[in-house]
Amino acid sequence: MTLKEIKELLQAEVVYGDDCLDLEIKFAGGSDLMSDVLAFGKPGILLLTGLSNAQSVRTANIIDAKAIVYVRGKKPDKMGIELAKEKGLPLLSTKFMMYTACGLLFSHGLPGVSGLAPKK
Amino acid sequence: MTMNNENELSQRFEIVGGDFSKAGKTSTSIKEILQEIGIDSSIVVRAAIASYEAEMNVVMYAQRGVLTLNITPMKLHLKLDDEGPGIEDIDTAMQEGFSTATEEMREMGFGAGMGLPNIKKNADKFEISSTPGQGTSLRITICLDKKGRK
Repeated sequence: MTLKEIKELLQAEVVYGDDCLDLEIKFAGGSDLMSDVLAFGKPGILLLTGLSNAQSVRTANIIDAKAIVYVRGKKPDKMGIELAKEKGLPLLSTKFMMYTACGLLFSHGLPGVSGLAPKK
Repeated sequence: MTMNNENELSQRFEIVGGDFSKAGKTSTSIKEILQEIGIDSSIVVRAAIASYEAEMNVVMYAQRGVLTLNITPMKLHLKLDDEGPGIEDIDTAMQEGFSTATEEMREMGFGAGMGLPNIKKNADKFEISSTPGQGTSLRITICLDKKGRK
């Protein structure tokens, strides 16, 4: 699934990375706890989170995440956006809550970190 | 960055306790250094995660800390020494979920009691020692060749 398809599915706004929407996303994971993200995250992950401070961007960068989707209409702070620009990490923001955002992506075929995919 | 000889390099980073605005900068620099010198990407992520968790522990709990990255042809070492409250019971602190984090730390997305276990998970060798009231030391080793990896 491309980042553009994810943007449309989640009716998301692009906070940063308009020119990165062709990126192919193969799996995703959601958490507000960066400790959990560091423990379960894998390179290439699409991270969904409600944590909007700069640590979300730092954490995503550390684990080589492909992009971040902020849920509940949240947007990262200025420091987070600057850091994302520096690292070339696309940021999206959706009004959907975590459960709905993850459910929408999963039901449209985007697997979780474990590789578990929806039944067809 | 210091080249000790042709095959070894080291870099020292100072971390300031309580400064959440800079939290993670050291680990980002370490990651960039490892990428620049062509270390395998899976090793880079493991080292970055271990250093990030260690750095966040200093920011959250200690007054200051020094993190030293040392790379030899066979191994990557991260040495952290902090000045802070130390850890009374290391066995308990190593358990997933055990945490003494404050509300501020949790708002930053940390303090879930995953830090030390996660450092150990990403290291091939992990040593921790602490003196309550003085500080904590971590020694993290990641093997660059397949021999010696967990």
